[in-house]
Amino acid sequence: MSLSLADVEKVARLARLAMNDEELKAAQSQLNNIFGLIAEMQAVDTKGIEPMSHAQDVAQRLREDIVTETNQREAFQAVAPQVEQGLYLVPQVIE
Amino acid sequence: MTWEIVIGLEVHTQLSTNTKIFSGASTAFGAEPNTQADAVSIALPGVLPVLNRGAVERAIKFGLATGSHIANRSVFARKNYFYPDLPKGYQISQFDLPVVGQGTLTIQVEPLSGNAKPYEKTVRITRAHLEEDAGKSVHGDSQGVTGIDLNRAGTPLLEIVSEPDMSSAAEAVAYAKALHTLVRWIGICDGNMQEGSFRCDVNVSVRKPGAPLGTRREIKNLNSFKFMQQAIDYEVQWQIDTIENGGKVHQATILFNPDTGETRAMRSKEDAHDYRYFPDPDLLPLEISPEWIEQVRATLPELPQAKQTRYVNDLGLSAYDASILTASREMADFFETVLAAVPKDAKLCANWIMGEVSAQLNRDGLDMTQCPITAQQLGGMLQRIADGTISNSGAKEVFRTMWAEGGSADAIIEAKGLKQVSDSGAIEALVDEIIAANADKVAEYRSGKDKLFGFFVGLAMKASKGKANPAQLNDILKKKLEG
Repeated sequence: MSLSLADVEKVARLARLAMNDEELKAAQSQLNNIFGLIAEMQAVDTKGIEPMSHAQDVAQRLREDIVTETNQREAFQAVAPQVEQGLYLVPQVIE
Repeated sequence: MTWEIVIGLEVHTQLSTNTKIFSGASTAFGAEPNTQADAVSIALPGVLPVLNRGAVERAIKFGLATGSHIANRSVFARKNYFYPDLPKGYQISQFDLPVVGQGTLTIQVEPLSGNAKPYEKTVRITRAHLEEDAGKSVHGDSQGVTGIDLNRAGTPLLEIVSEPDMSSAAEAVAYAKALHTLVRWIGICDGNMQEGSFRCDVNVSVRKPGAPLGTRREIKNLNSFKFMQQAIDYEVQWQIDTIENGGKVHQATILFNPDTGETRAMRSKEDAHDYRYFPDPDLLPLEISPEWIEQVRATLPELPQAKQTRYVNDLGLSAYDASILTASREMADFFETVLAAVPKDAKLCANWIMGEVSAQLNRDGLDMTQCPITAQQLGGMLQRIADGTISNSGAKEVFRTMWAEGGSADAIIEAKGLKQVSDSGAIEALVDEIIAANADKVAEYRSGKDKLFGFFVGLAMKASKGKANPAQLNDILKKKLEG
């Protein structure tokens, strides 16, 4: 499998990355190299091996359902570009 | 031309945990904007999610209640999309290994129109997975900007996905209602639809019988059963009209406008399907041991369906009574507490709860949890009906007093002198007097004018000031009149 330039453009748009033609071409070649690596790995016979979903073979630790966080709105919003009445402001969202 | 309607539901239930799914921030509703948005909720760089045991436990509970497969190992995945109320740029959800697998939910369908009879149907549940909720956009006064409140971001959700097993708005509504009852029943969700604790997305398509599935459109975020029915009715008609007029239905996400009763496309799904899911490297696989599942099973209450069967088989109630009495856990608990006072009189309990109690609650605009009469009070009164202390009309007066002023049945009966006269000697004396004073009518009765019996009952009741035990009075009167 290899990516066309249009595929790369689409992925870039989904990731909200603005890329010029040169950057797109560079990304295409890099991504296709990665696909080559994946193809190589997929060629390995893995019959009978359980798929791994994490590099470490340990299970998730769980947290008790107890409130531990306090209100730190002031500290967080001190570094936000724009706030009003406790809300973070962003450019208008049109649906 | 007949069309077949195909409906599947995705229901987002907000789990009733104290804290968020991946952090220890509070989930209490109605707080000041962003005061419950901690570092994880606002996605500050470097923070890591830590899974809430309470959220997993609730998912297991749901799985057990629907006879679903519970995965001993499940995985969290990132669902990538951009929106300002999702500060990480991805939602942590589950993809190919959800906590809850296939199960079923049996529903009672009340057809919405015509004279069709109610019927039962089993809807297959495809899966239910854990995920985090997004924040809220607030469109305020300021021009050109949108306010973001991230208090809701990270609230645990269980998304329950059904198979496309429903074939009418009535079935979809019945399924949603059954699910709504169940999640409250097992205590995993408060079910508050105004606050968004229970939100439904409805996938609708139409096809000719036997034809492959048509293209579906997804009605998003329905938060009332009435709107759900209206939205489906409108959407089905729109799709049929579109196809019959030579058009094509395109896959889309649509919104229902309750003011106009119409649905309209929100955005094309072209990009939306490109969520580029992948396992979240910040979270390890979740392991659920058989021991944990059994521990959770031990905390499950008797489920509505099991109760209904028991009420019909063991208590001799009708299927209708059983379904009303199990409409909510509060209702069933109330019924069972009342029943404990008069274990042999299930029908009497059912009649009073579904009759006087429900009617009075309706009149006062209250729900079962706000009932001014406790189940113990009502049980106490039913005991006095069952043992003949008060008549039915006396009971109604006790009930009214109890509702308005409180107090135990015995105290009210005493204070109002409502005790029935069940002393046969006293009733006989009273009947003798009436017979003596109405010799002419007695003669008429004896010569065959049976209708006069009511006249004598009336007199006797009046003489006893309504307190004579009616059954006993009838017996004695009959015997004496016959001579």
